Amino acid sequence: MIKLTAFLLFISVFLTFKSNAQNTFPVNDVANPREGCYAFIHATIIQDSRTTVVDGSMIVRLGKIETIGTGISIPKDAVIIDCKGKYIYPSFLDIYSDYGLQGSKAEGSGSPMLSAKKGAFGWNQAIRSEINGSELFRVNAAKAKELRAIGIGTVLTHQMDGISRGTGAVVTLSTEKENKVIVKEKASANFSFDKGSSTQDYPTSLMGAIALLRQNYLDAQWYQSKPAEEGINLSLKAFNDNRALPQIFESNDKWSDLRADKVGDEFGIQYIIKGSGNEYQRISEIKSTNAAYILPLNFPQAMDVDDPADSRFVSLADLKHWEMAPLNPAAFEKAKISFALTANGLKDLNSFMSNLRKAIQAGLSETNALDALTKTPAMLLNIYDQVGSLSNGKIANFLITSGPVFADKSILFQNWIQGNKYVIREEGWLDRRGNYSLVIDKESYRLELKGDGAKPGSLLIGKDTLRSDLQMNDRLVKLTITSKKDTAFKVMLSGVMSDDSWSGTGQTGNGKWVNWIASKSGEMTLSADTTKLKKTDFKIEGEVVFPFNGYGFKQMPGQETILIKNTTVWTSEKEGKLENTDVLVRNGKIAAIGRNLKEAGAKIIDGSDKHLSAGIIDEHSHIAASGEINECSQSVTAETRIGDVINPEDVDIYRQLSGGVTSSHILHGSCNTIGGQTQLIKLRWGSDPSQMKFDKWDPFIKFALGENVKRSYYSSNPRFPDTRMGVEEVLTDAFIRATEYQKLGSAKRKDLELEALSEILNKKRFITCHSYVQSEINSLIKVADKFNFTVNTFTHILEGYKVADKMMAHGSNASTFSDWWSYKMEVVDAIPQNAYLMQKEGVNVAINSDDPEMARRLNQEAAKSVKYANMDEQDALKMVTINPATMLHVGDRTGSIKVGKDADLVLWSDHPLSIYAKAEITLVDGIIYFDRERDLQLRKDILKERTRLIQKMITAKKGGEKTVPATPSFGARNYCQEGCHDVNSLQDRLEHRVTSTELQ
Amino acid sequence: MPLNAWKSMKTIFFYLILICSLTANAQENMYPSPAQMAPVLIKGGTIHQGNGQVIENGFILFEKGKITAVGKGETQSSSSTVIVDAKGKHLYPGIIAASTNLGLIEVSAVRSTADYNEVGAMNPNVHSLVAYNTDSKIINTLRTNGILLAHIVPAGGILSGTSSVVQLDAWNWEDAAYKTDNGIHFNMPVLLNQAVPPGRVSAEQVDAVKQGLDKIEEVRTFFREAKAYNNEPNHLKINLKFEAVKGLFNHSQSFFVHCDLVREMIIAIDFAREFGFKLVIVGGSDSWIIPEILRENNAAVILAQPHSLPSMDDDDVDQPYKNGAALQKAGVVFTICEDQGFGYWRQRDIPFQAGTMAAYGLTKEEALTSITLNAAKILGIDNLTGSLEKGKDANVVVSEGDLLDMKSSKVTEAFIQGRKINLDNKQTQLFEKYKYKYSIK
Repeated sequence: MIKLTAFLLFISVFLTFKSNAQNTFPVNDVANPREGCYAFIHATIIQDSRTTVVDGSMIVRLGKIETIGTGISIPKDAVIIDCKGKYIYPSFLDIYSDYGLQGSKAEGSGSPMLSAKKGAFGWNQAIRSEINGSELFRVNAAKAKELRAIGIGTVLTHQMDGISRGTGAVVTLSTEKENKVIVKEKASANFSFDKGSSTQDYPTSLMGAIALLRQNYLDAQWYQSKPAEEGINLSLKAFNDNRALPQIFESNDKWSDLRADKVGDEFGIQYIIKGSGNEYQRISEIKSTNAAYILPLNFPQAMDVDDPADSRFVSLADLKHWEMAPLNPAAFEKAKISFALTANGLKDLNSFMSNLRKAIQAGLSETNALDALTKTPAMLLNIYDQVGSLSNGKIANFLITSGPVFADKSILFQNWIQGNKYVIREEGWLDRRGNYSLVIDKESYRLELKGDGAKPGSLLIGKDTLRSDLQMNDRLVKLTITSKKDTAFKVMLSGVMSDDSWSGTGQTGNGKWVNWIASKSGEMTLSADTTKLKKTDFKIEGEVVFPFNGYGFKQMPGQETILIKNTTVWTSEKEGKLENTDVLVRNGKIAAIGRNLKEAGAKIIDGSDKHLSAGIIDEHSHIAASGEINECSQSVTAETRIGDVINPEDVDIYRQLSGGVTSSHILHGSCNTIGGQTQLIKLRWGSDPSQMKFDKWDPFIKFALGENVKRSYYSSNPRFPDTRMGVEEVLTDAFIRATEYQKLGSAKRKDLELEALSEILNKKRFITCHSYVQSEINSLIKVADKFNFTVNTFTHILEGYKVADKMMAHGSNASTFSDWWSYKMEVVDAIPQNAYLMQKEGVNVAINSDDPEMARRLNQEAAKSVKYANMDEQDALKMVTINPATMLHVGDRTGSIKVGKDADLVLWSDHPLSIYAKAEITLVDGIIYFDRERDLQLRKDILKERTRLIQKMITAKKGGEKTVPATPSFGARNYCQEGCHDVNSLQDRLEHRVTSTELQ
Repeated sequence: MPLNAWKSMKTIFFYLILICSLTANAQENMYPSPAQMAPVLIKGGTIHQGNGQVIENGFILFEKGKITAVGKGETQSSSSTVIVDAKGKHLYPGIIAASTNLGLIEVSAVRSTADYNEVGAMNPNVHSLVAYNTDSKIINTLRTNGILLAHIVPAGGILSGTSSVVQLDAWNWEDAAYKTDNGIHFNMPVLLNQAVPPGRVSAEQVDAVKQGLDKIEEVRTFFREAKAYNNEPNHLKINLKFEAVKGLFNHSQSFFVHCDLVREMIIAIDFAREFGFKLVIVGGSDSWIIPEILRENNAAVILAQPHSLPSMDDDDVDQPYKNGAALQKAGVVFTICEDQGFGYWRQRDIPFQAGTMAAYGLTKEEALTSITLNAAKILGIDNLTGSLEKGKDANVVVSEGDLLDMKSSKVTEAFIQGRKINLDNKQTQLFEKYKYKYSIK
């Protein structure tokens, strides 16, 4: 009984809704209620990727699907549309769009320290959690038309601006009033690492963006306690309110996918990641995020590479990506990672379907392709009850096509949105092909229409051989008939096409008016184009290599047991230099050192006439990091972390392995007093960012003093400090704040900057400080003494020799350049005997590079102390091996040749301090990452693969593929000093020449 | 002797040394040497002549600034001859630093110390020599490493100016002049589209090649007019710019084109051919791709420093190291420079950069030739210097070990035009000062 009542109630509600729907809008007319009931009959209805109804019917009413099935009764009030031979699909759902949202206007100008946005919002302009797509949404008929034309019916739209971007709304592409078009007001919270239109200074770097987002999570948590001093903060409030929504993160690179996921993990969020398209290059790491993805189809266009003077500058990585990008969706399918597809990022929306077909040719199944455009995105947004398939009660968003939607020749005729018809293409809806009997002024002909269903050609057979030219325009038809034999013969017909019978009037060549009629006399056997996409002509020969460039590994190398025989071993230990000695490497460690060692099954490397040293350790490097090495916007940015932005694919890693480097300390730049947290890495070429990191090391942070911090090279500097007096105050203030912070209770707002500074006070984090002149060195020592910690390392420290006694007394290490000087005022007293003098005073001294080029020759830089100051050779080599290891607190694990230590080793062709020495083999953890023999083979392979791909691109261009001009693959470069481009490379020289010749 | 007493003795001893060195040799008191009075004979060393020849246990004799004899074993000398025993040491011609802004800049971050980049596009008429500062603190640090001559080059704009060669022991630029106005410098617009990432330069770089070629055409027009102008000796109005390039047409000057890419170098060759100029490519990062073309067109090359990063990710990791070998193999006359004139203080590494080329395909003597005799040929001073041969200036370096290897390079004596020069510099003096502070022997 209860059930029945409920049922009746349901029916009555339904009926009420059906007939008595109300709204608030007045009508400037008589009421004009329309239910829009349609019946689509005889169609092949693909309800979802797994459910197809053949010769079925679908009833639509009031913008919703009422019924689908075979043999269902057609309502009497339904307009019947015969879909014989046609296919009906759910319209696509694109959940990465900014449809109907205007780009935001930048607020404020310049780059102020504080937000320029007026109102009760948060401190940073890039945090825009309070923005709601639904409030800003305006129907855009022109844009909607473009999107409908590629099959999209519904989108999730959000304002693509800022790091926290507020919420997205689900809207259809109907052109009705916005009130009816919005399906779900708040369907997602959106994020990115891009500060967007924010004019505020902070953040200027990727690591700054990550830090800002992390801090925002912490602030939002804290805001829940309603802190009185904060007042009302609408940005934080919205951020908290939006947390229950699906969280979507836009990334622009595979590594940023991982970065976003890591932020999510920290705060218990599983982001849906909008990928960049190069995820196939690291699919196992991508899978490990457990995220669902939204994948673009914006595959790179072929380039004009027919001029070798241009193609020389296109990297193999870019050439390979051009070939392999269509593999991306298939790679996700193969790895069983859930994904949706988006048209976002396409310069030309018309390439949506052609690129999708490429993806299918590259291995994406049609089932998955359809899911990725319908069900998967709907499930991700929890709106599968409304869109994403065709079933009773769902919104009537569907496509009518001439055949299977992904088939090459299928035509998209109509894209119905909320029960409204939007025509994409008229021609071919009615298939006119067949045989007709044509009577013109009582004369009979036979007319055959065949060929393309949308634009059939005509063949006219009469007594004579005739030519006919048929043109159709909607329902109007023109037919011109001429005769081959009788050139004077001409008939021009004009008329209207009904279903099977056409009629009209015409004029003959001599002006006589005639009537005509044509009626269909027989069907031709026609069938939809169901051919599967051809996989021929589409071959991807390239392979994914690690890293994804010319010097990558097809198979990552593993640890081997290696016995290096009969060589000169520079131990960097008290044993000194050992002649005719063997070194055994096993399980990544140095297992034995001695003469006549034997080890069954070991790989033997003959070291005679060669030299073996510990791997070189560079205390000051800026390689292998993405998205700016400096966060310059504030004088204290201790919250930023180089570890967040490691780029393991920087070719400088490989180049430095070729110079014997095995570990590098990657530092934040020197543009502010307290920079960011550093990252020690091992040069495990081919690994992912997490595997690059030195396992269990004491964390460090970069500080800087002097001219870079003062921004002395600009005509003005609005940022405090502008003097060495101010620098000292920044330091003192920072540590006072950190001290006070430590005293706060457990309810305190966790502050990432002060956390890092507290770690310094607690001797859990250690400083490496960019410094030059004696006054500033002394000042920092005094600040450290006051707060009872030690400045672990002074880096650069070119005037260290003047205060070496003070550094020694304080307990600092020194990491210096061998012989740089006179490039700025604070280095005019630099001397190449600096390292020697500091060492003589007892300071532990290293030689660093701060330069991707010089890092390849650090052994020779160390040798300069032999030249300029007669330093002992073994002491010199220690400055790039055990000394930097010790100052980085990893001297017990690397930096010398000692049993039990990591097998980080270099086999040199010559005396390791000689200009003639080449690293022949470089091992990290007992793995051969660089081998000069293999390198020679790689050079050949690179040339071969480049040649193949360039030829393939040229062929593609000849085959009609659209191309773009060749773009040189000059990557972003990291410079320690803000705005400084003084690195020895072609790229820098070209830039210099462009600038100097452009000034005219 | 009690330890304390010894310590104080040591202190006094160092103090004395310091006083001596400061009074005799403080930077401000490091005098250029007077002209050679007595003949000098250096004997017993290994003589690397710079022309590829090596003489073991050789001697070299020079008088009045000129080399009078070079040979093996012993030679006769007058009683007034100063004899230098170089047993176990190595002798080299003075190294020549090509294409540098030494003496035109002191501290690159300080604008007021820079005198190498004139305003405007077409400045062939500015002369580096007149701005060359013989009191630059950098100069002595180069001499300490065996560099005795330098090619001082203006930069910037399109026609940057006129260069000269100087010797590095002089009271003023007039004394320093070794070859005045030896070349005109053309800073070629980059002929590569999108060579610079968007946002780094004011103009879009999409049509850079076209824009560059247009600018180059303007330079051609300049030289066509200059040629015509210089055909006529009498003018109502003097044109300084046309006058400045006169020497290019009679080959008393060379045409130095600063460029790197293949497309740029073949344009440079074509340009030089039109006017019959003696062509020198400066930079030439990609010259290894077209060494035969360069040789066939008699183009010499001043290579950008071998200690560079490879140009592109896919390039051989040691490509810049072995560019020299590629040119040598094809017979191109080449030398090297540091940063195309932007690394004045790094010029002291030129011998080591040559050493690197020796590790990557050149013989050590070929590497030496590149920074001595070949540099002299390119700069038009090979009649005067570049090799240790009879009749040439006595520009001689004596080193304890291999000059091209920092492990062993220790210059003990050096002579410019026969004058024994002071090998101290500001840095050695600061070294002494702080050795004193820390009581280091």
